[in-house]
Amino acid sequence: MPLPAPQPQVRVVTLKIDGQDVSAREDETIIEVARENRVPIPSLCYLEGLSVWGACRLCVVEIAGTDRLLAACSTRVTEGMQVITNSERLQRYRRTIVELLFAERNHVCSVCVSNGHCELQTLAQRCGVDHVKVPYRHARYEVDSSHDLFRLDHNRCVLCTRCVRVCDEIEGAHTWDVMGRGTDCRVITDLARPWGDSGSCTSCGKCVQVCPTGALVRHGTSVGEMTKDLKFLPYLSRRRHGQ
Amino acid sequence: MNLDELNEMAEGVRAADTGIAHEVRVCMAASCQSSGAGPVLDGLREAAPSTGCRVKGVGCMGLCSAGPLVAVAPMDGGEPVLYRDVKAEDAQAIACSIGTAPVERLRLPNDLPFFSRQQKIVLENSGVIDPNSFKGYIAVGGYSAMVQALTEMTPAEVLAEVTTSGLRGRGGGGYPTGLKWSTVAKMPAEQKFVICNADEGDPGAFMDRAILESDPHRVIEGMAIAAYAVGATRGYVYVRAEYPLAVERLKTAIRKAKRSGFLGAHICDTQFSFEVEVRLGAGAFVCGEETALMASIEGLRGQPRPRPPYPAEAGLWGHPTLINNVETFANIAPILLRGGEWFAGIGTERSKGTKVFALAGTIRNTGLIEVPMGTRLRDIIEVIGGGIPDGRAFKAVQTGGPSGGCLPAAHLDIPVDYDSLRELGTIMGSGGMIVMDETSSMVDVARYFMEFCMTESCGKCIPCRAGTQQMHDILKTIAKGRGTRADLALLEELCEVVQATSLCGLGQTAPNPVLSTLRHFRVEYEDKLAATSA
Repeated sequence: MPLPAPQPQVRVVTLKIDGQDVSAREDETIIEVARENRVPIPSLCYLEGLSVWGACRLCVVEIAGTDRLLAACSTRVTEGMQVITNSERLQRYRRTIVELLFAERNHVCSVCVSNGHCELQTLAQRCGVDHVKVPYRHARYEVDSSHDLFRLDHNRCVLCTRCVRVCDEIEGAHTWDVMGRGTDCRVITDLARPWGDSGSCTSCGKCVQVCPTGALVRHGTSVGEMTKDLKFLPYLSRRRHGQ
Repeated sequence: MNLDELNEMAEGVRAADTGIAHEVRVCMAASCQSSGAGPVLDGLREAAPSTGCRVKGVGCMGLCSAGPLVAVAPMDGGEPVLYRDVKAEDAQAIACSIGTAPVERLRLPNDLPFFSRQQKIVLENSGVIDPNSFKGYIAVGGYSAMVQALTEMTPAEVLAEVTTSGLRGRGGGGYPTGLKWSTVAKMPAEQKFVICNADEGDPGAFMDRAILESDPHRVIEGMAIAAYAVGATRGYVYVRAEYPLAVERLKTAIRKAKRSGFLGAHICDTQFSFEVEVRLGAGAFVCGEETALMASIEGLRGQPRPRPPYPAEAGLWGHPTLINNVETFANIAPILLRGGEWFAGIGTERSKGTKVFALAGTIRNTGLIEVPMGTRLRDIIEVIGGGIPDGRAFKAVQTGGPSGGCLPAAHLDIPVDYDSLRELGTIMGSGGMIVMDETSSMVDVARYFMEFCMTESCGKCIPCRAGTQQMHDILKTIAKGRGTRADLALLEELCEVVQATSLCGLGQTAPNPVLSTLRHFRVEYEDKLAATSA
């Protein structure tokens, strides 16, 4: 009889998510287990296949035994953990966070090429954002159309840094990064040169595909025409990690 | 080298001073330097008698508002004579007075409560030794705690002593130091790091700067002991670049300690090696947050990451890392020398030892003080601080910087310790105390701190980035008298969301100044609301 293959040193744990018993490997995060079990947790910066960023704070959940809210994307499961993903309090917080995003820059869906295919828009609908109670800031942001194929519109950027991470981790070019601090933050190409002048950009378009909003789009698209395709990411990510 | 040899060395340094009857100490910390201590030191060097007297620059003496400060100390251990507001032209008078009657017009009374009510542990060498002199530190028993630890104690015994002391982190969080050390010590890893957080950025706080400027070897010694206890071989001191004098003195201290074999490979001929490097912060407040600080040391953009994993598990370049504040490290040597039990005997039940505070704002004696934990706030402000000048009334004291809050006169009788302050909606923080009189508007105070948090937010997480900006806008509107009740309600709601959902401590505590002023001074907000909004 052949010997059993050596098992990796990872244990399996059971936990409760919204009262539902689920099993998970102990190296998985709450959001992975929740999605596997069709428990929806809203998120924006998290994207399967990219490193965890933990910045949008939309995926925060309540965990029994601690007063602190923890981000589901960056918290590993533990045995016997009891997770609440959708309390009244969490819903209220998420709504406010989405409202803060809408008020921060100029997200005008009616004239946006991503209208109808926008993750921020979907998120707002799911979180029940029917109006924005914080005042709109109406700050002026630039549009960079210098690239041959793509366009960057800072008005629509939510600073999720998916573009930064996909470019660095999957494409390996690290064209994108973030400069400035606070609300002055903006994504930049190379050392804040116009995208079209970038020496490191390979024009692969991965950043455009992972961008959740209409901040990164293809040239030549009109209102509602810009759709994004994320199917490449899990595949490339697995290949990258040699699985 | 063992303790006896070190003691012999110290004895040798002291023996070289036998011909000196008086020491003239001139405060050369940043504050006194900026009010002209440099020319005073030069003048005294020129005027002082060439025999039996030594003139030296020392670190902070505490009473910054009366600087430049000069002390004439008899070497037989007698009471030093203190002089205030000394100018270069006073040098001659002071020099002539040595050994005879003091110059009364410049004299600070010795029984001033500012000095007599303090208890100095961290600052015991501050204002006494020359921070640039390695021998000076050795002469006062410096490095004996390190040599004792390395030659006579196991790492476990060092950990036990620190745990017994009950010391809690002095950077603001108040996490038990012994527990933090033992967590790092237990991590199985080839490479571990020790980091000293000297990125002091709270408005009105200057404790760490003064410690580094006055007694840098003490901090290095504390770091080396910590490294020995947790099994680390490399350390970093992360200092903000706005502290050039502290950086210079720290670098000098590291160089001299290394040259004498008290740092580097095989410290004091033991098996223990420890290297320390200085890293400069480029002016971001968020880099005082431990994960952002480590990212900055690694050469990355200084922004925090989610915890866990905590630095003790995966810190600098993924290795287990011990990170403590300057003042925490400065407490280590006395704890080892005099024992954890002795330290635990000072202070209160749950807050042990002493705490250094920086008194600022509208208070008579601004400067640096060190008092036992549990000292009443009233004693600090009215007795040590000398109360409010110009006959005005006390209104509030702000502790804990932008993460803390304000306390009104009604709470002046509380003991100052971690837990009492937390109960009242503020925090101990790193030790900044800004005193305000009746002319200060609490809405303006809240607006100021919110502006600080807004401009210092790294921009990574949404609640802090966008929330602090919205809150600042609302506070600005209210301060101008144009706010409505709805604005106030929205402000409170945003406070709750930002506090609960932000990624790091900066965001989570950014609403504290607003919440605490709302708690204790709500009337001021309501008085400022626009009349139409009733």
